[in-house]
Amino acid sequence: MSLLTRNKPSKVAEPNAGRKLFGSRGATISVWIIAVLWTIPTLGLFATSLRPKAAISETGWWQLFLHPHFTLSNYTAIFSTGTVSGISNGILPYFINSFVITIPAVVFPIALATMAAYCLAWVKFKGSDAIFYGIFALQIVPIQVTLVPLLLLFGNRVSSGIHIGSVQVFPGLHIAGKFLGIWVPHTMFALPLAIYLLHNFIASLPRDLMEAAYVDGASHFMVFRKIVLPLSIPAIAAFSIFQFLWVWNDLLVALTFTGGTEGINPLNAKLAGLAGTWGSHWELLTSSAFITILVPLVVFFSLQRYFVRGLLAGSVK
Amino acid sequence: MSSFWSDNLPKLGQMAAAVAIFAVVLAVIFYVAGRANGKKQRPIAILVFLGPALLLLIFGLLGPAIRTLVLSFKGSQSHSWVGFSNYHWLFTDESERIVLRNTVFWILFTPIITTGLGLLLAILLDRMRRESVPKSLIFMPMAVSFVGASIVWQFVYKYANTNQPQVGLLSSISRHLGFQPSNWLLTQPLNTFLLMVVFVWSQTGFAMVILSAAIKAVPADVMEASALDGANGVRLFRWVTFPMVKSTFIVVLATMVVSTLKLFDIVRASTGGNFGTSVLSNEMYSEVFIRYDAGRGSAMAIVLFLLVIPVLIYNIRNLRRERTH
Repeated sequence: MSLLTRNKPSKVAEPNAGRKLFGSRGATISVWIIAVLWTIPTLGLFATSLRPKAAISETGWWQLFLHPHFTLSNYTAIFSTGTVSGISNGILPYFINSFVITIPAVVFPIALATMAAYCLAWVKFKGSDAIFYGIFALQIVPIQVTLVPLLLLFGNRVSSGIHIGSVQVFPGLHIAGKFLGIWVPHTMFALPLAIYLLHNFIASLPRDLMEAAYVDGASHFMVFRKIVLPLSIPAIAAFSIFQFLWVWNDLLVALTFTGGTEGINPLNAKLAGLAGTWGSHWELLTSSAFITILVPLVVFFSLQRYFVRGLLAGSVK
Repeated sequence: MSSFWSDNLPKLGQMAAAVAIFAVVLAVIFYVAGRANGKKQRPIAILVFLGPALLLLIFGLLGPAIRTLVLSFKGSQSHSWVGFSNYHWLFTDESERIVLRNTVFWILFTPIITTGLGLLLAILLDRMRRESVPKSLIFMPMAVSFVGASIVWQFVYKYANTNQPQVGLLSSISRHLGFQPSNWLLTQPLNTFLLMVVFVWSQTGFAMVILSAAIKAVPADVMEASALDGANGVRLFRWVTFPMVKSTFIVVLATMVVSTLKLFDIVRASTGGNFGTSVLSNEMYSEVFIRYDAGRGSAMAIVLFLLVIPVLIYNIRNLRRERTH
């Protein structure tokens, strides 16, 4: 039984009679069966992307393992800068777009959320609790509810902006179809969850430390920079990974706010379109799909320790 | 080659500039606001720290939500008031009835299956050694986008006509077992359930990781005492383990309900909502951006929101209880 607890000796249960009652062999076998089942679909995609076009439509992907015949030609095809089956420059421009969209869409909300979380946790004022509950509640508003009005706000037509009756009270922002027009909605949509999770973390910082700083005459800005930011790095890292996966994998915001502007379309949204137009080019579709999921997989596997901890910050008490 | 870089380098420049400008603006505001002293210090700090986030939330979520509510009582071009007729249409139209039925199926089945399977795995993981590799494998689909997942699963659901080789895994397996494979994604209502499998595949790892942490937090002496009292497998779980992780279970279940309702990508990327697989969130998108009926689309978004409200109330009550402790 001690083997089970070896990884986390300080936190997890001591040798435990309750858990000993069940055979661990049965559990191990069942978990491994599910783990293998869970991996097969992704493996199928990867195997298909390594096979020549002709083979894909003739035999199942599992044949690759019986009669190994690998090719990287699908990958060189999608990354070539010529025209690939009607798509100029292959998928590389969309790959770049994904990064251009994702990085600011991670930085902006996290900076603003950390600030707001600090204020709600340590600079209490009348109504700050009500604001916190309000922000918490906004987590649940389906993004769908906001799409039409936001598009009007971002637009550049005469009818854009905010109107009350026929009077325009706020002008259209002219950012539709630009990168800014995707960064801003991603920032907006990320804030409720980010503020909630970071607030949980920042509120639990040691009170003595904060009060000592205030007594020494440090301003809120000083405390935020010198104490809160450095100590919140684990929570910030965790949420950054979460937000990175979210933005990279997003389809709804991308489809809505790129408004069909090819120049700013991210890879995931392009892939959804290609699933239709490349219907007969499975070799291109699978390799593109694998590239699309590779980036989040690398991010996830290299940083999964922080990611899991971050998820738990808000869910398990 | 050169045209490729002249197209794409400016984008990277734009990204770097955006992040840099953002950082500089924040630094300047912090510097200026930090010089304030005396009575003004507190209100200025509140304004600077909370202001930007609040402004974005009001313009980005609160305002639009209210506006959508208003639009849902207007016609397709939002010119005239139509009362409840958009809602009436949604609940009486023949094809929308299938959409509502599918949405109900999704809410009834996917959250409980996903969370239940996650709990089962968490219990099994608790009883095994070297859990980290299978745990990572099961959690991995969580990092795959729903679009990616839909393409991944096409290789399971792919179907070819009778005489051709079956290159889809499910078709091939069922042929080997002696069944005639059918065109899976076209068969109603089976196809809706097949799309649910994709969701379960993707989200079970999430439920598992969180519930696994909750189970490990159950104090050892509680388990030990119950075991000495003679509680065994099922009874131990029913009377000891489950009550102790129940609140976590419900939190995960609620999260799953919300993500099920918001679900858009799987349906969009797999079938585009055709063949009787559409759900409310996908239909809402089609209504607004393909059929250009902002009124009906808004009404759907509002119904979606109403469906989430019980979860919201539950969560807020939970949060209040936690904070008073």
